[in-house]
Amino acid sequence: MSNMPFEIGKKAATRDAYGKALLELGRLHPEVVALDADLSGSTRSEYFAKEFPDRFFDCGIAEANMAGISAGLASCGKIPFMSSFAMFTSGRNYEQIRNSIAYPALNVKIGASHAGITVGEDGATHQCLEDISLMRTLPNMKVICPSDAAEAYKAVIAAYEIEGPVYLRLSRFSTVIAHDDSYEFRLGKGEVLKDGGDLTIVATGLPVPASLEAANELEKEGIHARVINMPSIKPIDKELLIKAALETKRIVTIEEHWITGGLGSAVLEAISEDAPVWVKRLGIPDVFGESGPAAELLTKFGLDKEGIKKSVKDFMNS
Amino acid sequence: MENIELQRIANKIRKGIIISTFHAKSGHPGGSLSATEIFTYLFFEEMKVDPKNPHDPDRDRFVLSKGHCAPGYYAALALKGFFPFSDLEQLRHTDFYLQGHPDMKMVPGVDMSSGSLGQGVSAAVGMALAGRLDKKDYRVYALLGDGEIEEGQVWEAAMFAGARKLDNLTLIIDNNNLQIDGAIGDVCSPYPIDKKFEAFNFHTINIDGNDYDEIRAAMKEARETKGMPTVIIAKTIKGLGVSFMENEVGWHGKATNEEEYKIAMDELEKAGEALE
Ligand SMILES: Cc1ncc(C[n+]2csc(CCOP(=O)(O)OP(=O)(O)O)c2C)c(N)n1
Ligand SMILES: [Mg+2]
Repeated sequence: MSNMPFEIGKKAATRDAYGKALLELGRLHPEVVALDADLSGSTRSEYFAKEFPDRFFDCGIAEANMAGISAGLASCGKIPFMSSFAMFTSGRNYEQIRNSIAYPALNVKIGASHAGITVGEDGATHQCLEDISLMRTLPNMKVICPSDAAEAYKAVIAAYEIEGPVYLRLSRFSTVIAHDDSYEFRLGKGEVLKDGGDLTIVATGLPVPASLEAANELEKEGIHARVINMPSIKPIDKELLIKAALETKRIVTIEEHWITGGLGSAVLEAISEDAPVWVKRLGIPDVFGESGPAAELLTKFGLDKEGIKKSVKDFMNS
Repeated sequence: MENIELQRIANKIRKGIIISTFHAKSGHPGGSLSATEIFTYLFFEEMKVDPKNPHDPDRDRFVLSKGHCAPGYYAALALKGFFPFSDLEQLRHTDFYLQGHPDMKMVPGVDMSSGSLGQGVSAAVGMALAGRLDKKDYRVYALLGDGEIEEGQVWEAAMFAGARKLDNLTLIIDNNNLQIDGAIGDVCSPYPIDKKFEAFNFHTINIDGNDYDEIRAAMKEARETKGMPTVIIAKTIKGLGVSFMENEVGWHGKATNEEEYKIAMDELEKAGEALE
């Protein structure tokens, strides 16, 4: 199927793609229903709500209840996509997701927008930096973190086909789209964006383009970095990671998430037994987020191109 | 304080809300404006708080459970003297202390961090409980949104407060009738609000929440009510004071652009002059 509404080179947020893909799924599959918790404009589930008002349920500001209702709907054969901010639909309702969705392996898809530090001005209470960690620890749960709107669109469409619970980590912030319609999202597979033998950069989500740009500039300075985009965090592409570890000996992980429990930890777990190499984890250190414009915060936490270049150089010199 | 004086302060708070969100290019003016009379009355008439001694253990406590209305809260704190009013221009800026949602570690005068709806009210219950344990006579106030009360935690807190007869606790519901996705009655109706709290063993008072005489009478009644907590259901107008924001759901969480800013400030300037 090819109704890709996002064009390479244009700007969009992954939440926009979620909204458009959800609408497309609604058109194709009558068993798809959508739920939100008073944030349908922000999560973009409103696209679905407008066309399918009878299959859309606004739960009000009640995320725990939304998770439980989704579980019940799924147990009766519906495929619920429930949406809110990542903070409130991985954190607020964590235990409902754990015990009512993941444990019974119910077919609920979680669209978690506004993840990470790029929530920006709202500040720490809204900047979810632990959702990858919370969700990937749950048996039966799949965790997907797309790097741009085109990849997100493909991933949401793919999530429908995946049996069981799926967590989709999405951003508020718009970025340049680097994938086109020929790209195929595959659960459990990473994407090599650039080859190189000195080290491997493994990135997920919003910092992926900056990671690639940093690597391209480092190339001119004599550092040949391989770059892997890892949209599928659980299951992760263990084979690709072990190969990279063995061939390049060093790995840098990059994510818009606390450096504990997220992609960095998942990479360490994937390679530690078969190919233990030196790994540097970039992300948000052990502090809460703070208010500020998204781009400034990315710079502050070293997740923009310059910050990544500096960290990679320091790592190569250490 | 005379109502006219309170009205002058409220006018300044409203300007603070527009100024701070304009410079932040984000933030929540609608629910800050609907609650302006409540902020004004609490900080300038009702509560015992001292900006020179913000951690006084005997002070009254306030929790902004609907933490997104920090612009109104901060403007009131600034006017009260907790920090300079001009700091509001740097709301939500990187490396500045005025966080987007109330932060008790960074912002002087803030008694509890909040921003995740439904949680502040439980903390207020805890403060009231501590006051009783310590045999202190401070009172605890919490301001909630009418959309916020859709959170189950609000009712867990209410059940506890009612069961424990916490009469040192006053909850205020800012009943502006709007949340983000629309009118609260359309999204997932929490009505009837008063009957629900009544069933949770609260003394309930319904008022016009933008009217000082009614706020004054309700606060007095709450103070005098013994043996149960009080909830004041304050009917308000979201966006009140800025014509194009009034009752407009779209002004929940959006800042003015240059042009809108000028119109809003002009209206508030004129409203302020009329009070002189
Ligand atoms: C737990 C939680 N869920 C969602 C949000 C996002 N959110 C911020 S304000 C808001 C609507 C609040 O409506 P209401 O309580 O009526 O506030 P008011 O009208 O007074 O601004 C929502 C859903 C949040 N801050 N916390
Ligand atoms: Mg409201």
